Amino acid sequence: MPTSSLVQIKGLRDGILITLGSGEWDYIQALLFTQIDERLGFFTGAKLALDVGSHSLRVANMTALRDKLSEREISLWAVVSESPKTVNTAQLLGLATRISMQRPNEGSPKKAKEKEIPKGNSALWVEKTLRSGERVKYAGNIIVMGDVNPGAEIMAGGNILVWGRLRGAVYAGVDVEKGHTGQNKDAFICALTMTPSRLQIASEIKNPTDHEKFQKAVKVSLKDGKFHAENWREK
Amino acid sequence: MSAKIITVTSGKGGVGKTTAIASLGIALASLGEKVVCVDGDIGLRNLDVIMGLENRIVYDIVDVVEGRCRLRQAMIRDKRVPGLFLIPAAQTRDKNALSPSDMIRLGDELRPEVDWVLIDSPAGIERGFKNSIAAADRVLVLTNPEISAVRDADRVIGILEAEEKGSPELIINRVNYEMVQNGEMLSTEDVLDLLAIKLIGVVPEDKSVLVAANQGMPVSLDNDSRAGQAFRNIAMRLTGKEVPFMDLAEKDGFWDKFSKLAGGN
Repeated sequence: MPTSSLVQIKGLRDGILITLGSGEWDYIQALLFTQIDERLGFFTGAKLALDVGSHSLRVANMTALRDKLSEREISLWAVVSESPKTVNTAQLLGLATRISMQRPNEGSPKKAKEKEIPKGNSALWVEKTLRSGERVKYAGNIIVMGDVNPGAEIMAGGNILVWGRLRGAVYAGVDVEKGHTGQNKDAFICALTMTPSRLQIASEIKNPTDHEKFQKAVKVSLKDGKFHAENWREK
Repeated sequence: MSAKIITVTSGKGGVGKTTAIASLGIALASLGEKVVCVDGDIGLRNLDVIMGLENRIVYDIVDVVEGRCRLRQAMIRDKRVPGLFLIPAAQTRDKNALSPSDMIRLGDELRPEVDWVLIDSPAGIERGFKNSIAAADRVLVLTNPEISAVRDADRVIGILEAEEKGSPELIINRVNYEMVQNGEMLSTEDVLDLLAIKLIGVVPEDKSVLVAANQGMPVSLDNDSRAGQAFRNIAMRLTGKEVPFMDLAEKDGFWDKFSKLAGGN
């Protein structure tokens, strides 16, 4: 494959999109920096989105890449990928994982399929404590094995289950693309201690006061459009 | 020798990072270790002031990285404690004068020279912070028992975990025992409950810290200071010794006793 098709550079409305082809990651990365260094003046100060295709990137890979870019004063704000591992990594580092491209006719059938809301019994598995500033977003259900600290956010199209202490902000049954709106009124939120700073199910929002918080396992759902809390126990 | 590189960071400013670095540096050097303290706060340096070495600065960290001097020329020897050195920050540059890879190179150069490299991180989570943790083997997160400082510490711990730096260790600084007893201040347990990382030290609030800092005489040089003792304990724990945590309920330092006797407050 000619190297030009391995690193494709496009202008976006607000920055630059670089699409990387498949191959050995170190090689592709080296090609990328060759291209950038040849036209450093053009790239300096740019906001860069990277489409890494199917490359599976670990945190170490991505931070190395981001640091190298930042040394050239290029800010990496988004990493788009087909690999769930890479998407997860990007989210951990606080990078965007979707960009609006304004070119609907180019969308491949595969991309369209990704946008479908995952249904059924599957869930995004998060096995760590979410700390201040961390955000997990997923169109389906989310399960967190750990605490959700103040300042952390979880946004799910489906239900949210926290096997730990919930002290951050949670949004269940919302449209994760559009942000803070949603239609899924059947969504629920469970936590071992239900002490969130902010609760949202579909478009109902609550900032619980101290006496609306529970130091025990509670399930919160909507009943006739109002928040309803019950003990969370197996059925 | 192959030095261990330790960074002290906090997210929030003003919680006592620089004092902690100076105190730990002196405490480690007093144990017979060879230590270099590195000021990572380019543009807002003050580790040199706290250590009382300001007048002796000729070269700084940016001079080393940009090749204007050799590493050893920028290492200022502290004459009070054998084996203690400072590499000051540049005051006339900013955080962008260094990159994470510069710090890794500097760390590798320092490793054969000393036993410990202590890096003082600037406040914030931007470039200066990224620089200061780039070379670290161990990161100590310093916080105060107040909600905003703990929240920032949580953010920093999240970033460190995401960068696969391993789990950092926690120092809680400026704990006022009486205020905790009265429920006016977060307790050690409250802080640990949220942050859930390993505790390596609890430092009581101590007026002598400020006095010492203004005199360029880090508090761990002061044998009567409770905060100084707490930092000496942390230094011992860093070297792998088991030291029990100090009983904060014990009355403060010599001067408090003295002023009580003298009828002061």
